[in-house]
Amino acid sequence: MDILVCVKRVPTVGGKILLTEDGQQVDTRMSGFTISPHEECAVEEAVQLTERLGGSVSVLTLGTEIAIEQLRDALALGAGRAVLLDTGGSRPPGPPRETDGQEWGPIATASAIAAEVREHGYDLVLFGNEASDTGDYQVGIRVAHELGWPVATGIKDISVADGRLVARREYRGVAEAYTLPLPAVVTVKEGINLPRYPSLPGRLRAKRTQIERVPVTWQAEGLRKEQLRVPESVKHQAEILGSVPDLVRVLDELGVL
Amino acid sequence: MTVLVLVEVDGAEPADASARALTLARGLGDVSAVVFGPGGFGAAAPTIGAATDVYLVDPAITGGYAPAAWARTLAGLIAETGATAVLAAGTDRGNEVLAHLGAITGLPMAANCVAVTPGGDGTYRLTRHRWAGLLLEDAILEAPVALFTVATDAIAPDVPAETPAAMVHDYKSELTEGDLAVRAEESAAGGGGVSLATARVVVGGGRGVGGPDGFAPLEELAELLGGVVGVSRVVTSEGWRPHRQQVGQTGTKITPALYLACGISGAIQHVAGCAGAKHIIAINTDPGAPILSHADYAVIGDLHQIVPELVAALRAR
Repeated sequence: MDILVCVKRVPTVGGKILLTEDGQQVDTRMSGFTISPHEECAVEEAVQLTERLGGSVSVLTLGTEIAIEQLRDALALGAGRAVLLDTGGSRPPGPPRETDGQEWGPIATASAIAAEVREHGYDLVLFGNEASDTGDYQVGIRVAHELGWPVATGIKDISVADGRLVARREYRGVAEAYTLPLPAVVTVKEGINLPRYPSLPGRLRAKRTQIERVPVTWQAEGLRKEQLRVPESVKHQAEILGSVPDLVRVLDELGVL
Repeated sequence: MTVLVLVEVDGAEPADASARALTLARGLGDVSAVVFGPGGFGAAAPTIGAATDVYLVDPAITGGYAPAAWARTLAGLIAETGATAVLAAGTDRGNEVLAHLGAITGLPMAANCVAVTPGGDGTYRLTRHRWAGLLLEDAILEAPVALFTVATDAIAPDVPAETPAAMVHDYKSELTEGDLAVRAEESAAGGGGVSLATARVVVGGGRGVGGPDGFAPLEELAELLGGVVGVSRVVTSEGWRPHRQQVGQTGTKITPALYLACGISGAIQHVAGCAGAKHIIAINTDPGAPILSHADYAVIGDLHQIVPELVAALRAR
């Protein structure tokens, strides 16, 4: 089974998210970069599926060559091939910037990914349920519609037999199972597996792997970011309660007893 | 101007997340609520969310939850009603159905909005969550029909008093085989009981709980308070508790009346999941823990002493 996993480079955020002065992006001068936990699980799921069923794992991202770092991370975990949908040609002259890939909306992103899937042919395309930065919740679904493939989202368990994939999730306390004929698109959530750590041979192989580059062209869409803001601080210092009886009194006042 | 709202129901009421979507929608035009089953809901329909019209879709038509079929139904209703906007709650289902609708119609969709203002010229000025609400994005949406989902933990649901009864329509959507190809086979989940997303009280456990065996007092406390246990990411990645109990950006976003965070330091990804709680009380050994700047009250001390003492005090009442 040939699987494509789509990932997105995002800043590693720790104690606090800071913005650049123009409010256009997250200030990444002090942070590293990663992919979302959902996507780490998507890579792991693809590797596990091919360990069981045979086949190949390719990893894809859309961005400038800066994002090759995230492709190599996925290669070190067991992906065999990596594709950069290179946005570098459609940006202003100058060195690549972190924003070059991030400014792509979900419609343009989905259409670039769908074109790559058509070109290569896969049995399964995996995504994280949502990107941790933009949280658009739609690229996987739009890719599926462009390809005319079935799609399931928010998935916490995958099994494959007889050319069919069964995807499971839970919604408001009810278990849901979706049966999809392959090829299909599935977006997964953290919790579907526990991702492994990269091995040393994996890292070495990742370094040597040639990254395939496909130039893509940006297109405008109807939702346009104006600026980012840190929410009005609701921060306050907690009132310290000295004893359990004080705590009981507060619980009573809050009406939860 | 007609605004369609996909309403998920809890018994005879809109689910909490849908009540929030209805609240935002009323600022945009006349609300037409769209409800997919369940059978028997019809009697409650005329009063749902101060809607002027309610479209009831027979669940037999879509064979239960089928995201593409639900989206196709909404596309049909856009044509039938001339709606200028479609909203849904920012739940797994709401985001999923509206993304399908966006894909079917080629329209953009703005996920997890917290405020929307019509610009009058077919554009909308909106604010939406990024980073699960740790950041806000101000944006402009320009589209013939605007698609929004509404954050599940931001706008307080507002129920208007005394509204005229809605016109109730039974709506039959025209679906293709492809629309019905993917649908949920439902069965009772392992968890059962109160759902984390809708619990009135959540007792949180973090690294401070110390291991998989430390959760019994938290479970007991949660039961006494009529709530459930939620955990931080480290607890699930260590395998101490199942992932479905995780509160946070990559777990569940909660909106309880009280979140009692025990032994949780308060990483921002966790705060993203519990910021919708009405009140937060922290129990932590570290008076400098970040969770204290999000909490209303805190007890500084070891949860292994305080939680059993609290349980005993509550039992003695």
